[in-house]
Amino acid sequence: MYEGVVQDLVDELGRLPGIGPKSAQRIAFHLLAADATDVHRLAAVLAEVKEKVRFCSVCANVTEEELCRVCRDPRRDLALLCVVEEPKDVLAVERTREFRGRYHVLGGAISPIEGIGPEQLRIRELMVRLADGTVTEVIIATDPNLEGEATATYLTRLLRPMGLRVTRLASGLPVGGDLEYADEVTLGRAFEGRRSVDD
Amino acid sequence: MSHLYRDEAVVLRTQKLGEADRIVTFLTRHSGRVRAVGKGVRRTKSKFGSRLEPFMQVDVQFAHGRSLDVVTQVETISPYGHAISNDYARYTAGTAMLETAERLVAEEHEPAVQQYLLLVGGLRALAAAELDPPMVLDSFLLRSLAVAGYAPTFDLCARCGREGPHRNFSAGAGGMLCSSCRVAGSAALTPETVALLGALLAGNWVTVTAVDGKFRKPASGVVAAYLQWHLERSLRSLVHVER
Ligand SMILES: [Zn+2]
Repeated sequence: MYEGVVQDLVDELGRLPGIGPKSAQRIAFHLLAADATDVHRLAAVLAEVKEKVRFCSVCANVTEEELCRVCRDPRRDLALLCVVEEPKDVLAVERTREFRGRYHVLGGAISPIEGIGPEQLRIRELMVRLADGTVTEVIIATDPNLEGEATATYLTRLLRPMGLRVTRLASGLPVGGDLEYADEVTLGRAFEGRRSVDD
Repeated sequence: MSHLYRDEAVVLRTQKLGEADRIVTFLTRHSGRVRAVGKGVRRTKSKFGSRLEPFMQVDVQFAHGRSLDVVTQVETISPYGHAISNDYARYTAGTAMLETAERLVAEEHEPAVQQYLLLVGGLRALAAAELDPPMVLDSFLLRSLAVAGYAPTFDLCARCGREGPHRNFSAGAGGMLCSSCRVAGSAALTPETVALLGALLAGNWVTVTAVDGKFRKPASGVVAAYLQWHLERSLRSLVHVER
């Protein structure tokens, strides 16, 4: 245990995802040794991001405005909707330049062991978006791992009776990984080769 | 002294760690519950990412580490993950099985071979897709509790041992109670529900299948109450099970 504010910093850093006590300590001492201007810039950005950035009121992608860049773009195809787990997955799909539709960010995958069921995700919002019939194809681009597959299973069962074309990215995406780590070429190919999900 | 050890195991849970690693919780055949790091497994080029997914039964080699052990090799024994995640009822029932196994084997590295065999049997039954997933789960829950030393009694009176069938169930008393031992707060069950519960505990699938489906919900309620009584915190996944 360190004294006062140093320990507070170690504790705060240790609460961040993927940062254990050792890393928290290392980062804390790096910050203590760093230039005051660098640290102030970091603090300012942290404050600013919390103040300015919010979630798109349509798709829940991150944005500094009411609507995200994709939802504001009139050239996007309104008939295509790509469902992803996280805002960072929107970025991964955008990098492929294969997809011209819009997105729907679920906010995670169904993982009952973490207490996350369908009600904890933005699935109700998805159903509302699909209600007017503008969207004709839903591409499920959840992570190619077990929770992502189970989420796709749930969504498929929910969406298919609505008479939509429901597609899943083509296999070729290695199983067990995160979508964000798929390279652009592989992910682009998976988009191109997407297939209707049938039982 | 060798710092490597090998075991067969079922993957219970994975949690993201750092950039591309995962902490993987296993139930192993010989060493009980083991937590170990799978390095780089979230990268899509990882050779063993797909083998370190929940529900997978694997042959795995660990290296002792300073705080957590590290997975150094994995081979698939049975890939139950795909068949289970393909069906939402199987997925939710299976997840509750994994969480139960994790909770009942509380200490790391404490052998729990019976619990391991029960889990493998339960996952195999789920993946085979012949039985109702919630019934596979309930049977697994009762049998797991029995292995953990909390066997309920559905025939004899849990208090005085008088032959049943009895009508009243009390989780606190450990099962059915006869009319003279009955305590306040016991639940009155139909004979069919009691027979179903006994069959689930015994793994008697002929009887389970023969009992009218309308008795499954009340039986599941009894199993959930009994489980709740013996676990300090309730299972997170149980409310998400599709029945
Ligand atoms: Zn948007």
